[in-house]
Amino acid sequence: MPDDTPHSTRRDFLTGWVRGSALLGTGALAGVLSGRSQATETVWQIDPDKCIQCHRCATECVLTESAVKCVHAFAMCGYCDLCTGYFEPRPNELNTGAENQLCPTGALQRSFIEDPYYQYTIDDKKCIGCSRCVAGCAAFGNGSLFLQIRHDRCVNCNECSIAMACPSEAISRVPAETPYKLKRVNET
Amino acid sequence: MKRWPSYIPGAVLLFAVLPGIAGAASRFPPPDFESGHQLPTATTPAPDASWYAILDVAVLIAALGVASYLILARRSRRGVIGVTIFAIIYFGFWREGCVCPIGSVQNVSLALFDRGYVLPLIVGAFFLIPIIFTFLFGRTFCAAVCPLGAIQDLVATSPVRVPMWLETPLSLLRHIYLAAAVLFAATGSAFIICEYDPFIAIFRLSGRFNMVLLGVAMLLLGMIVVRPYCRYFCPYGVILGWISRASTWHARIDPQQCVNCHLCKDTCPVNAIRVPTVEPIPPAERGADRRRFVLTAAALPLIVALGAGIGYLLVEPMSRMDVAVRLADRLHAEQAGVFTDLTDQTKAFRATGSPIADAYDRAATVTWRYRIGTPIAGAFVALAFGMTWLQLARRTRRAEYDIDRAWCVACARCFRYCPHDPRNVEMLNELTAAGQMPAAAPGTS
Repeated sequence: MPDDTPHSTRRDFLTGWVRGSALLGTGALAGVLSGRSQATETVWQIDPDKCIQCHRCATECVLTESAVKCVHAFAMCGYCDLCTGYFEPRPNELNTGAENQLCPTGALQRSFIEDPYYQYTIDDKKCIGCSRCVAGCAAFGNGSLFLQIRHDRCVNCNECSIAMACPSEAISRVPAETPYKLKRVNET
Repeated sequence: MKRWPSYIPGAVLLFAVLPGIAGAASRFPPPDFESGHQLPTATTPAPDASWYAILDVAVLIAALGVASYLILARRSRRGVIGVTIFAIIYFGFWREGCVCPIGSVQNVSLALFDRGYVLPLIVGAFFLIPIIFTFLFGRTFCAAVCPLGAIQDLVATSPVRVPMWLETPLSLLRHIYLAAAVLFAATGSAFIICEYDPFIAIFRLSGRFNMVLLGVAMLLLGMIVVRPYCRYFCPYGVILGWISRASTWHARIDPQQCVNCHLCKDTCPVNAIRVPTVEPIPPAERGADRRRFVLTAAALPLIVALGAGIGYLLVEPMSRMDVAVRLADRLHAEQAGVFTDLTDQTKAFRATGSPIADAYDRAATVTWRYRIGTPIAGAFVALAFGMTWLQLARRTRRAEYDIDRAWCVACARCFRYCPHDPRNVEMLNELTAAGQMPAAAPGTS
């Protein structure tokens, strides 16, 4: 074809330009990004001091059984007989019947230690992270029950969908070496 | 015997009256057990080991290498399907779709615009490695390694051809999606690509009902319209399309060998093969053509300005995407007495005790980012529309079949249909040698 040669030359010229600028752009981007990046892995975690126990952790996680579960700082616990994290605020009768328990799944379990102390442990398999017990404990107890993102379940989404819904901005990324924000006994 | 402790009425009163006093430590001092009871410790399962990240990058590079080799050197569709299945199993179901290069666009945007954000090295690698491979081999990442592309490719059982008048405008949706994703990520508001990833619920076998529904709908649509997400939504595909135009060893149609049989065009499920224009443009119409092209090109700055203007008008609604802006709006309305009740957000903010002006300041900072970002995003979308219009305004004289490198997802379907594919040539030669075919047509090697 007569006009084939100039046509393809122009195309070659353009392709060269496009290729050059693409390479340059990618290189520049890589340079800028390498300056802004670092190798430390991060994971999502809840700051228990910011948590307001709104129950969203149970429902907003991308996993149908939330990655958030309740954790118990045993050293902070008062081992009360009448645990406001365990019992409904106004139980009909103080017994461990399901109608008196705050926990909707029976994950918070109560066991007798010695008079008058009871220990409360969380069955991870049953806990759905609804924070009812956390709210009860925070309102009238020592605040030894609190929510944490459990890293055996968390899939470490690029954007935590609970963090997006959290009203108190309690969820942020933390270094993977210290993946939990556990409550400790107050030294006062 | 369970006894009612005498502090019950007081407790109930406290519980009812003073729920706000939280955080005061040790209302009930931890007991000293006489029985010597040992306190258990809470379990803290560790996150995935960091070598997983290195493994992911290594697998990504290996999969891209194998896919590129199979596509360009072996021209093997079957091989591509193999890598496709591997990608679905590894990046999809095993790694549960995170991190993916499509979503990494947002992390990169945030890292570019927010100096406080540190880009994880693995995310940067996931963003750049497919770009480098695309620069060399075309969109081999899209073909087989991307789990989103892979799952769509596998369900494409009965493809229909989408007419170009529909394909072109629909593919522009990707640019809107890209602009929005970068805008929301760069302002630190949201990662919408991750939020609306249609297949993540399938890969995780868990998710919200509407996301599962979206994924299933997309797969059902994908049975007849091949790769609907890639073609009409994928924001990363836009970037890879630009890079692919400049790729070094992209699959190509050799004009010397092409017999203009259009078999490749019929096979291509994504409208990536351009047909030659048979009729030469009459000389009388060339002047009008050129005028139309020049006029369109001259209108381009106007279109971009219009896009930026529309962007500026959208600053307010767009900025509502940000939590800080929504909080400030609500606080403002509450202060003005529009609402008497508090939301969880405003309650939590008021509980922190920081002055409301702080929330307004934060919202103002975010809004300022939107005031700059939204017009740029609008201009970008307008530019994409304008460039497409410009391309349509130009009547191309194409002498031979040609691959549109930006649209080609390197799925390798077309190779086997080309009469000049080495396997077909070999088969033809064997048949000819066996006397079952007449001698090969001139031009065949």
